[in-house]
Amino acid sequence: MSLINKRAEQRNAEIISNKKVGAYHHMVFAAGDMAAYCRPGNFVAISVGGTGSSMILRRAFAIYRASDRGQYGGTIELVVAPHGQGSRWLTSLEIHDVVNIVGPLGTSFGIPTEPAAALLVGGGYGSAPLFGLAEVLKERGCRVDMVLGASSAGKIYAPLEGKRSVNSLTITTEDGGAGIKGRVTQVLPGLIDKHGSEIIYSCGPMGMLAAINEISSSLGLLHQCAVEEAMACGIGICMTCVIPVKDSSGVIKMTRSCIDGPVMDGAKVIWDSSRKVPQGTWGFNG
Amino acid sequence: MDNQFQAFDPRCKFGSKFFPSPIFTASGCAGSGKELSQFFDLDELGAVVTKSISVKPRSGRATPRMAETPSGMLNSIGLQGPGIDQFLAEDIPWLISNNARVIVSISGETIDEYASLARKLRGVSGISGIEVNISCPNVENRGMVFACDPVASKSVVESVRRNVGGELPIIVKLSPDVTDIVSIAGEVINAGADGLALINTLLGMAIDIDAMRPKLAGKTGGLSGPAIRPVAVRAIYQVHAAFRNIPILGMGGVASGRDALELIMAGASAISIGTANFGDPTSVVRIKKELVDLLKERKFSSVAAAVGVAHEK
Repeated sequence: MSLINKRAEQRNAEIISNKKVGAYHHMVFAAGDMAAYCRPGNFVAISVGGTGSSMILRRAFAIYRASDRGQYGGTIELVVAPHGQGSRWLTSLEIHDVVNIVGPLGTSFGIPTEPAAALLVGGGYGSAPLFGLAEVLKERGCRVDMVLGASSAGKIYAPLEGKRSVNSLTITTEDGGAGIKGRVTQVLPGLIDKHGSEIIYSCGPMGMLAAINEISSSLGLLHQCAVEEAMACGIGICMTCVIPVKDSSGVIKMTRSCIDGPVMDGAKVIWDSSRKVPQGTWGFNG
Repeated sequence: MDNQFQAFDPRCKFGSKFFPSPIFTASGCAGSGKELSQFFDLDELGAVVTKSISVKPRSGRATPRMAETPSGMLNSIGLQGPGIDQFLAEDIPWLISNNARVIVSISGETIDEYASLARKLRGVSGISGIEVNISCPNVENRGMVFACDPVASKSVVESVRRNVGGELPIIVKLSPDVTDIVSIAGEVINAGADGLALINTLLGMAIDIDAMRPKLAGKTGGLSGPAIRPVAVRAIYQVHAAFRNIPILGMGGVASGRDALELIMAGASAISIGTANFGDPTSVVRIKKELVDLLKERKFSSVAAAVGVAHEK
């Protein structure tokens, strides 16, 4: 058997909770054994629209939390932003409705072998996988600071139980409706200095990740980021979700963000490459 | 046929080769095979049709490469791949060691490149056929789509036939974006094709009305999925009507056993599953079962018995 998608399975999962939280929906799925293999950074791909739907592709969601035992057996929790037709359909479902899930998929955040000071940065619903990550880092004895940014207060996802696993939480909003007015990157250098951060973990829009990477590379810090690119399959067969990334020998290759990501080493990603293939990419053909 | 104990025969045949299942993957829709092998055993398939491989490595196009459309999707990959040498060194041995039957899809920018690819495949043990992709819409110059030109199509296939030699079946993949697909089919059959793969994607486009620009970085892309199935049925029906003895590997939006049977009744001898793999990684297993059940319900004793039956009514 292959090492690709090695923990993935396809199964039906019953919805056991669906609550609106600010601009998002917190949804819980009874996912059986699948939950035991979920790691922070992994994602799931869910069929949308029901039988006969004209939406033929799955939607990918970062896993917010996973628990392998409880009243409903294994559960997977997602934070869903009802932005498009598919995610609106998903958030409109009710308890006991059943969806088809493939997962867990993709890479997970690397955890330091020795306790380290970690700074977790999330943009909008990109904060979702960071709370599970914070718990794991805490268990390993890491200091965990978190910064969450969004355009407005309603788009900050920061539940109470998530806050317990961090040493500090800083909020930024572009409209100043909550926390500090501005963007996460404005407060980042100060927080890194204050907390002695040694590694940055990030999840959010690509522009934000690129800006974080500029800061981390100028300070020589490790940066693990969860990237996003339009994806048709989530399992490595469609070749649509590629981004240019340097391999171990420094060669830039168009690399699948579903199986070689979503979590990648920020220093290896060639940023600002939307709508163009960087010169020098292996096999460059425009 | 009425004997309920008589085994159902699911086989199909291209050139000299028999395949034990009528369900294949479509080129560019099964990765290297490794990705799907987590979800089912590859020997369930008639064959894995590989991504179209080129002489040299190709980065493919910039992103976004994908846009979902009603009952379909546009893709603009641009034949990303490692080139034939690495492909033969890494992908083929893995597929063969995992009991997959393999049809290698090839794509060139010139007739010489097709010849060179065919020479490299000659003598590769364990492969069951070659798909000559002369119809990828995502090449730099649309004028280079060989499948739009009967003379160029013929030259490519003659060159592949000459260079691959002997026994290996050649299946030629055609574009539906032509005025007369029957005449193109006729040319490639005369040039030595053992079978035809129908249909490749249709050239399409979508525009982001907020950004006011094409959704795909490559502007245009190949349309696939159930939206194009009626086009596939039409193309297969027309070509089968003209060339009853040439087996067709049918594809275009097949997502169920019912869809597969529709293409078989139009004249396909076997079916490739493409876009359906993206939405459902175990679709090939489900579609195969549904197809066999439907054929048995209709008292067919084999897949072959149903091929082209819609022409008889």
